[in-house]
Parts: sequence; C-alpha cells; structure tokens
Amino acid sequence: MKIGIPKEIEDGELRVAMTPAVAERVKQLGFDLVIESGAGEAASYSDEAYIAAGVEVTSDTKSLWHNSDILIKVRPPIEHPELGFYGIELLGKDQTLISTLYPAQNSVKLNQLAERGTNAVALDAVPRISRAQKMDVLSSMANIAGYRAVVEAAQHFGRFFTGQITAAGKVPPAKVLVIGAGVAGLAAIGAAKSMGAIVRAFDTRPEVKEQVESMDAEFLVLDFKDEDGSGEGGYAKVMSPEFIAAEMALFAEQAKDVDIIITTALIPGKPAPELITEEMVRSMKPGSVIVDLAAETGGNCKLTQANEIVQKHGVTLIGYTNLPSRMAAQSSQLFATNIYHLLTELCPNKDGQIDLNMEDEVIRGATVVKQGNITWPPPAPRLSAAPKSDVSEPLPEAKTAKKEEKKPSAFGFLIPVFIVGALLMGVGSVAPAEFMGHLTVFVLSCFVGYMVVWGVSHSLHTPLMSVTNAISSIIVVGALTQISNDSPIVAILAALAIFITSINIVGGFAVTHRMLKMFRK
Amino acid sequence: MNFGVMTAAYIGASALFIMALGGLSHQESARRGNIYGILGMGLAMAVTIIGAVTDNYGLLLLGLVPGGVIGYILAKRVEMTSMPELVAILHSLVGLAAVFVGFANALGHGESASVVAQRIHDVETSLGIFIGAVTFTGSLIAYLKLSGKVSGNPLQLPGRHMINLAIVLVSLYLIVQFAAVGAADGMVYLYIITILALVFGAHLVVAIGGADMPVVVSMLNSYSGWAAAAMGFMLGNDLLIVVGALVGSSGAILSYIMCRAMNRKFLNVILGGIGTKKKKSSPAAGAAVEEQGEIVEIQSEEAAHMLESAKEVMIIPGYGMAVAQAQHTVFEITKKLREKGVNVRFGIHPVAGRMPGHMNVLLAEAKVPYDIVYEMDEINDDFPKVDVSVVIGANDIVNPAANEVEDSPIAGMPVLEPWKGKHTIVLKRGMSRGYAGVENPLFFKDNTRMLFGDAKQTVDALLKHLSAD
Repeated sequence: MKIGIPKEIEDGELRVAMTPAVAERVKQLGFDLVIESGAGEAASYSDEAYIAAGVEVTSDTKSLWHNSDILIKVRPPIEHPELGFYGIELLGKDQTLISTLYPAQNSVKLNQLAERGTNAVALDAVPRISRAQKMDVLSSMANIAGYRAVVEAAQHFGRFFTGQITAAGKVPPAKVLVIGAGVAGLAAIGAAKSMGAIVRAFDTRPEVKEQVESMDAEFLVLDFKDEDGSGEGGYAKVMSPEFIAAEMALFAEQAKDVDIIITTALIPGKPAPELITEEMVRSMKPGSVIVDLAAETGGNCKLTQANEIVQKHGVTLIGYTNLPSRMAAQSSQLFATNIYHLLTELCPNKDGQIDLNMEDEVIRGATVVKQGNITWPPPAPRLSAAPKSDVSEPLPEAKTAKKEEKKPSAFGFLIPVFIVGALLMGVGSVAPAEFMGHLTVFVLSCFVGYMVVWGVSHSLHTPLMSVTNAISSIIVVGALTQISNDSPIVAILAALAIFITSINIVGGFAVTHRMLKMFRK
Repeated sequence: MNFGVMTAAYIGASALFIMALGGLSHQESARRGNIYGILGMGLAMAVTIIGAVTDNYGLLLLGLVPGGVIGYILAKRVEMTSMPELVAILHSLVGLAAVFVGFANALGHGESASVVAQRIHDVETSLGIFIGAVTFTGSLIAYLKLSGKVSGNPLQLPGRHMINLAIVLVSLYLIVQFAAVGAADGMVYLYIITILALVFGAHLVVAIGGADMPVVVSMLNSYSGWAAAAMGFMLGNDLLIVVGALVGSSGAILSYIMCRAMNRKFLNVILGGIGTKKKKSSPAAGAAVEEQGEIVEIQSEEAAHMLESAKEVMIIPGYGMAVAQAQHTVFEITKKLREKGVNVRFGIHPVAGRMPGHMNVLLAEAKVPYDIVYEMDEINDDFPKVDVSVVIGANDIVNPAANEVEDSPIAGMPVLEPWKGKHTIVLKRGMSRGYAGVENPLFFKDNTRMLFGDAKQTVDALLKHLSAD
C-alpha cells in the first residue's frame, strides 16, 4: 500500500509525520511512501534525504491526497490556505487517514469522513495502556512540550536556574513550581532539575508522588482529607469544590515564593481548569515567568493568551500552544517512530497491507471511523495504566514464608552422621586392619577435597574440572602395577588402560594449561 | 626400589595434587596449581614405573606414547566452545580405564590372607567396575548430547525410575554373589554387572536435558573420582584413594553449586524431574505472564546509541553466545565502549552455558580481562546503577518469574536481575522459551528492548555502528 505524507499547512506547524530514517523502516514493512515536496523542510529534513531513504517526492498535493492508500498527518486536515482545497473532500473509500483528530471536538470532521467512507485512525485516541505506549503520540509530544516549557521559561527569566557562589556574590537557585505531573509535567521537572533549579510539583493524583520524588523534586501535599483525583486512562478528573479551595490556597501561598510556574493541568474534552488567578499573578515577584501549557483550551491562568507572550503585573506569561513544533526535528522523529509502531500493529504480517482489526484493544480505540461508520467513542478500556504495581505486591510475604519453611532443624544434620558412624563401626568390627587404614585415608581425603574445592573461584570451575579429570587418571598407577603380570590378557588390559589414561593425563593438563593462559587481567 | 620410598613418593604426589586444587582458588596462582598437578602425576608415574614394572616395557610404551600424543593433539585442537564435550569424553576415558584395571585385577587375582579380606577385595573390585562403567557410558552420552550428535532433549522412557531402581538392586545382588563365590569362579557375575552398569549410565544421562548438563558433567566428574578411589581400595593403594576422594568431592561440590544455582535438588536434576513438574504448573504461570503486555523491538543502530550513551553497561552472556561464537565480537564491543569511557562489566550466572565456568573460559578466550567478569552474587546488587544491560543468548537465568511467579517451574532459582537497571537489551533469535519452558516476563517489561536476530550477526552489526562514529 502507498503511504502519502502531505506537508502540514496549519499556521506555525513545523513538524512532519515521517522522517527519512523512520521511512526506511516503514518500507521494510512492505509499504511505499510518497511525501509532498518540502514537507520536512521546516523540521530540517530535506527532500534529498527522503529520496535517499527511498521515498518518492511529489509536488502534486491533490493527487497525493487522492491517490495514497494511507495518509499520515500530524494535525487534523483543514482547508488548504493556498491551494484552496479541503483534504477530506479528496478522500474516498478504501483510503485511511492516520492523524491526530481530537474526535471529541471534531465531530464535523468525523461525519465528513464517514460520509466519504474513509477510514480514520485518531492518534490521540490510542488507549493509554502500557502496551500502547510506544505509539502514543500524546505522550511523546507532551514529553517534548514539558522540556520546551522549561527552555522557554529560562529564555524569559532574567536569572540563573542554578544557585552559584561567585566572586561577584551569591546567586540563589530559581524555584520552579510544576502543576500537573503527567508526562509533560515530569519532563518539565526533569529539565528544570537538571538545570539546577529547586523544583516543586503538585498533582491531584496521589500515585504520582513517587514519580515526582524519584526525580528529586518535592511533592506538595494538600492539608485535606483523602480525595483521589485519578480519572480514567491515567488522566485527572474534576475535583470537589472543597478540594479546589484547598488547592487554590496552596497555589496562592506558593505563588509568592516561586519564580517560575509551569502549568500542565488538562482535563480531556473540557476547558482547562483555572488554577492561577490574577490575584496570584499579582503576588508573584517581578520578573517571574508562567508557562501555561493549557493555553490552547483556555489556559490554567486566565491572563495567558494563546500563542502569545504577554507581560502582566511584571510577570511574563507564555501561552505558546504548540511547543513540540518549536523542536520540530526532535518531535517529528518521535512522532514518526510512534507512527512506525502503530503501522507494525496495523500490519502484523509485514506485507504492506493494513488491517483495522477491531478485536485488538489498541486499534479498536484508535479507529474512529471505519467503512463509513463512526466508531468513536470506543467501549471503556479494560485496564488503566495505574494499578500495574498491584501484581507484585503480595510476593514478599510469600517469599519470607518460604524461607521459614526451609530453615533446617539444628540437629537434622546429625542424623546422617550417626548412621554413617554406626555403619563404619559395623564394618570396622569385621574388616581387617589394613582396610580400615585405607578407609581412614579415604574419609580424610574427602574432607580435604571438600575444604580445598570450596575455595576455588567460580570463574575457574572449568579448569578445575579439566585438571581433576587429568588427576583422576591416577588410575594409571593401578595399570602400571599390573602390566608386568604374567597373564597376557591382564597385561593387555593394563596396556589399554595405560593408553586411555595417558590420553587423559596429557590432554587434561594441556587443556588446563591452555585455558589458564587465556585468563588475564 | 623399596616399599618405603614408593610410599614416601606417593605422599609427596598426594600433597602436590592437593596443592594443585588449592592453586585454583585464585587466578594468580592457578597456573602454578596446574604445574603442581603435572609434577604430582609425573612423580607418581615415575616411581611406579621404576618400582613396580618389571616386564612388558614394550607394551608400556605402546600405551603411554600414542596416548600422550593423542591427548596433546586433542587439547591443542579443541575449540573453547567445545570444552564441555572434551571434558565429557575425557571423563568417559577415566571410567573405561577403571573398568580395564578392575578386570585386569580380577583376572590376575592373587590369594588374600583371610576370607573377609578376599570378600572385601571382591566387593571393591565389582564396585569400582560398576562406577567406572556408569561413568563411561554416562559421559559418552553426555558427550554425544553436548556435541549435538544426538538430540539434547531428554528421552524419558516410561517407568524409567523403576528401571533404574531394578538395575541398582540387581547389581547389588550380583555384587554380593560375586563376593561370595570369589573372582576365580564368579567372572560371569562380573560381566553381567558391567553390562548392567553400562546400560544404567546411558539410561541415566539420556533422560536429562541439555541445559542440565552442567550438573551432569560435574556429577560424572565426581564419579570418575569415586571410580579411582574404588580402584585404590582394590589395589590397596593410598595414592589412588586420596586422589579419587579429592576428585570425587570436587565433582560433588560442583554438582551442588550448580543445583543450588537452579534451586533444584540433585536427585530432581539427575532423575530428569523438570519435565514432570512443568506440565502441571506452566498453563497457570503462562497465563499470568501473558497479560504483561507487549515487547518493544529495536534495531542495532539504536541499541548501539543506547550503549554509547550509557555509563554503566552489564553484559549477561548465555549459551546462545557460545553457540553463535559471538564472544570475540562481544569483546571488541567491550573494548570500543571502554575506550569511550563506558564501564562495561560481565555478569555470569553459575549455570550459564553447558559446564561450570563455561562462560568464563569463553570470555577468557576472547581476551576479556577476568577482573571485569563477575559472578552473580557479586554483581546482582549493582543492577540499579546499571544504565544498559545486554542479555546475549540467555533466557532462564534472567527470568524474573523465578522471583515473582510462585508456581513457576523455576520459582526460587537465583537469577540475574537486569530489570532493576534502567534499560535491558535482549539479543535473541526469536520469542522461543528457554530450557525450562517458561515465558520470560523480562521481555515484556517497559524498559526492555528486544533485538532479534542471530547473536553473531547482531553483535557484528552493533560493533559496526559503534565503530562508525
């Protein structure tokens, strides 16, 4: 099947859905690729690089839309500003659109796709279960957004992040508050931490506390009765009014102290909750920075303006809505890799044919239109990402219980000693003295061997075996004492024994020597 | 030469042999230990030849010289990956020699002072022959299995425990009969005992699967020692008794270490127990594990980048590395990474490979310095600090199910724990299960990446990418 990758046409969108490196791997799945000329330009991927990767480059945008079996895009299709066509209208039956589609907000687009009989896979509708992580573009983009948010904040913040003591005086470290510890929040925590700032984080979901603390940031706790903010699919849900009041008090107090606030609080399909009031902005120190990652859906602070940087009450508010696009090369690469993983799911036979297998939980979730029918929303997912840790929980107990069972009785080992001792005395009472002498030597040698061999280093076990092998051919002494026997049969048997033991003696020692020579520092 | 001098020389030889084993406790003294062993053997043989051989010198040379030459050639030619086969075949020779010496002794019997002494001597003879014969065929089968000349799969006859038990009981009865009538008239008993022992040895080893070979090889090592000790009793020679006991206990300890490393009872391994245990519990264990999710595949280029950007790398080799002869390339990769300042270490599980210490020898052959090769107990606590673990051709020894799934057939087996590190790259041919037949949840962990392909080709590709920049 032919995969078409059109150039992104939305304002300020610099990403591209496929990179040359990933295209090579997609081709191995049996697909052909065609890309619109200049599609990767803004993300630093030239047409030549695509051609070198075996991707066809075309400048005929309309036929690209019309003739590709699969269209892969970063953004939902919109009216083309220059060529004046609307991508969806060029699509027909048996074509599949793979793109972010935000089905909750874009029901018109879903209807249009359904009318035309086109299949649609919404990348943002991939279920958030652990097995689908590798194709979750929301996570990989959020990761970039979190990192970039810190970079943008640093750009507009007039001081160091890290504390320094210089000849020119002492610089305190910047204090960063990250609200919402999802993928973006955690990425922001990591980036700010690695730049040397003091980082605090807040989230309504208590289970992320551990993750925050694992990144060496401080997790802020509300003085409030337990209320779990975990919603379906790893997102947060809307909280009770009392909870919000306590939360706001915490933010108000923090706003006076911190230099940078990064808000990442999003609730799917709803306007972003207001977390930072104008009052709090006013209480912040002059020169502080707020990065609002929720600017697109209204912002966690009402003063932010989408796609703008504004100064209010001495505070810089950054409302960029498409931070991943500001790191287009990186985000395109991760996006394309997510796409590759999705294609491997869609095309399990690696024959270049995709199959929207509605039995598969992940594909079912992501497919929003199939053969003219809108299949969104999917049935509730079976398992959320969070309760994974339960599985290993009861094990430590089981283990300790086992250990107790194993504990041997202190006198248990004496029983075989008594039995052996009694047996020896039994033998000793009838056997001649000569035999008992040999037995003494035997038993003592067993103990000596036991003591000596325990000291052998594990890495020398193979040489130990080959050298003991050579040594055990001491049987040759027995054969040597017999070879001079008058009976020819005995002499021949002894000679045979000498023959094979000498193979063993020379072979065993020589190979041990060879091995030991190889061990070196 | 008088008896006292010979005895004194034998005492010296015994001491040298003990020092030979003692030398192996450290890498530094190991070579010296081997030389002690050679000295001890030379002394014992020289004294015996001078003191006890009075005739048939031609026959003596006919055995000694060609045997030595063959042994030398074998030792020079053998590939390090085939060490287990060599050790197994050498064991079988010890067993065979014991049988020959035993028969020679029985045929050239002399008169003993008393009836009791005669009976004890006859029991010793038949016991020595029995152990020798078991060692002979057992090692032979182990050799055939290890070299792939017969299938490594366990061949389990119905009622095999009963067969084994019957053979042992009948042999015991025959030994008693043999001792009662004496060597002069009872040779037919001895022949039957020998045949039964040969069958017993083969049958015992045939039922044991490939990955249990470390235990089998060390068990046979032990038997070859006991055979020598029995010969010593028979001949009234303390040197043989001492050496036999040394080798016997050495092999027994190795078997014990191997069994402990698999958390299995010695009898369970020797009687091929894992096959029966598996059937009951694996559906449940398998089901619990299959929920775990999805494997994530990576390409060698990305894996090379992961290795380059790591600070701590742990390489965990298994039998797959030996099969693919990948150890030299693995060391090249190690060298490249160490040049780039990556701390590369090796973690070795006691039962990795087909023989105790097999992996160490392979790595030593590839010139990996032994001070970066660690055994499991030394290294397992370090995994949280490891950035990337590379598992090459190993499966059961890195299976978290041993710790986590209680009814797993390998539950309780100590394993290396790479999943506690940041990332694990697993080099593997396909998704097949390991020897124990258990699904490995490690492959499904979030921080595990699978790099599929033949181990040799994959490590070659890794090396290429590492050398590229």
